[in-house]
Amino acid sequence: MTSQTLLEFARGPALGWAISIFVAGVLWRLVGILLLRTKKDLSEPRNAATWKGLRLIGLRSWPRKEFLEGTAFGEVMGYTFHVGFLVALLFLVPHVLFFEDLFEGLLGFDFSDVFGFTWPTLPTQAITFLAAVSLAALIAVLIHRLTNPVKRLISNFDDYFSWLLTAAPLATGMLAYAHAGGAPYQTLLATHILSVEALLIWFPFGKLMHAFTIFAARGAQGMIFERKGASL
Amino acid sequence: MSTATQARFDKQGDMPDAERVDKAMRNFVKDFGRTAALWMESCIHCGMCAEACHFYEATKDPKYTPIWKLEPFKQAYKREYGPFALVYRTLNLKPKVTIEELEQWQELLYDSCTVCGRCSLMCPMGIDIASLISQARHGMFHAGLVPHALYTVTERGHREGSPLGATPKVFKDRVEWLADDHEVEMPLDKAQADVLCTMSSIEIMKYPDSVVATARIMNHLGLDWTFRTDGYEATNFGLLSGNAAWQKEMTLKLINAAIACGAKTLILPECGHAYTALRWMGANMYGKPLPFRVLHMSEFLAESVQSGRLKLKKVSKSATFHDPCQVSRRGGATEAPRVVLEALGVDLHEMFPTKGTNWCCGGGGGVVANPRANDLRHKVFKIKMEQIDETGAELPVTSCANCRQTFDDGQAHFKWDKEMHSLLELVADNLIEEAR
Repeated sequence: MTSQTLLEFARGPALGWAISIFVAGVLWRLVGILLLRTKKDLSEPRNAATWKGLRLIGLRSWPRKEFLEGTAFGEVMGYTFHVGFLVALLFLVPHVLFFEDLFEGLLGFDFSDVFGFTWPTLPTQAITFLAAVSLAALIAVLIHRLTNPVKRLISNFDDYFSWLLTAAPLATGMLAYAHAGGAPYQTLLATHILSVEALLIWFPFGKLMHAFTIFAARGAQGMIFERKGASL
Repeated sequence: MSTATQARFDKQGDMPDAERVDKAMRNFVKDFGRTAALWMESCIHCGMCAEACHFYEATKDPKYTPIWKLEPFKQAYKREYGPFALVYRTLNLKPKVTIEELEQWQELLYDSCTVCGRCSLMCPMGIDIASLISQARHGMFHAGLVPHALYTVTERGHREGSPLGATPKVFKDRVEWLADDHEVEMPLDKAQADVLCTMSSIEIMKYPDSVVATARIMNHLGLDWTFRTDGYEATNFGLLSGNAAWQKEMTLKLINAAIACGAKTLILPECGHAYTALRWMGANMYGKPLPFRVLHMSEFLAESVQSGRLKLKKVSKSATFHDPCQVSRRGGATEAPRVVLEALGVDLHEMFPTKGTNWCCGGGGGVVANPRANDLRHKVFKIKMEQIDETGAELPVTSCANCRQTFDDGQAHFKWDKEMHSLLELVADNLIEEAR
């Protein structure tokens, strides 16, 4: 397989399959949860406006001061790699072009025509820096997972595999940008795209799904606790 | 999966191991709804819940990480019941849970968890780990995998109506004796009453002054109240050990007694889990909203203070309040005891942390009824002693007889110079008689 055919495969059928598995898998897992019954709570609420408990979605984004000492490292590193990853994903020029193409391909509309503005981008150097910081934070959390007795005990295949598939697009993206190792650019780019596709395929099956469940899970706890006036 | 030390476990019955595993898992998911499933699907193994757990804090043993206490159940959920169960099972991505694992996990689910819910406040995913522990205990109970001591008191509660032997006859005798001895009127089995007062086993058998204090306060306020022998025992070991049917049975006794005497209010004693069992789970057990109000004793006292009906002498001492987890953190009645303490005029020195994030005493969730957990519980209790000593307060006060018992035991074990006091008894001792 030449580097060009590999790239065509990554951009063509592999992408189609990856997106299909991602969408179907996410929907299957979410529907599998949401279709379960829920019982009405018949106790007299302390606070009837249980929706106010949804503020827990925001509140739980940072630990209470009582818990900060032991969790600050995880929080800071977690935010660093999440933000770096998302900024690189959403604001790198080639990614934006890809999303605009995808948007047009799926819906038949031009993004800027529909929303009245063009998708913003950031300079490639800035993205590269953020990606490097993000990757460094990911490496730090991996070391922490391997050395911290609590995290080492509770970790399983999902934790390490999800880590690998999250770090891979950052690493391969930076390699592609740097035209590293004298490899043909098509090969580097294809590797990057394939790494993203691997991430998409694994996404619905492992812990990466927390991207979809986190807000609902926090919201559920918030509403149940708010009803009782319990601590949030 | 393995735990660092050798497991200690007990077994009830003689069912085959495969049946135990099957029953554990079936009963774990029996009442599984959307929310519990959402929580089971959301853990990212960040391990932060460990930082909130007093058992981890006291020992630094990673096996006490709260979410780890659910590991076999998480594994079984994914393999047997989750949206991708077929994939997990077919490819054997999650191995079948074994009886050995469940035996090992008995200690983690019963000896080293008070269901205090502090971890639930830490979880960045918003998983209510404590409620999942309770679900797991349902599985363990039906598999006959409960610590013997806890099983024994639970079974006794089911058989005799009280886990500590406070049968209706014993309760009647004690009420009559206390009424005579303390010269206080204690109405029993009134056919009609506005208020039904209930007690916990620990109070009836170990802290009878709380029974007297309850009567004194009710009489002082001039209320139409009663104790009833068909519904007095608020302790609910069905909830603690994981037998929902027995939990319901105990709960319905209280509900039916309140309905029988036309009570408008049922007052729960100074007991943490009794509050969860009736205030928050009672109507769901009953199948419809309760036709009466349910108040924890501290809430009732606070309401009486705030309405101006209850006037108290000033206690010229400094005090600190230990929040019972089920009443404060998980029950929402956090400010009520502080209203009462303010009326008592004490100089309140709050602990750090306090209120919703206060440390548990280590004896809740049935742990204090499980002697094999004593060594571990004492380690945990050191956190509490340090916390209280740091306040410099003269009077440690709480509003849970189970916490009080844990404190009394810790005090004796460590020869600590602090004695826990009951908010209820403190109020009864400081009533202004002329306020009638």
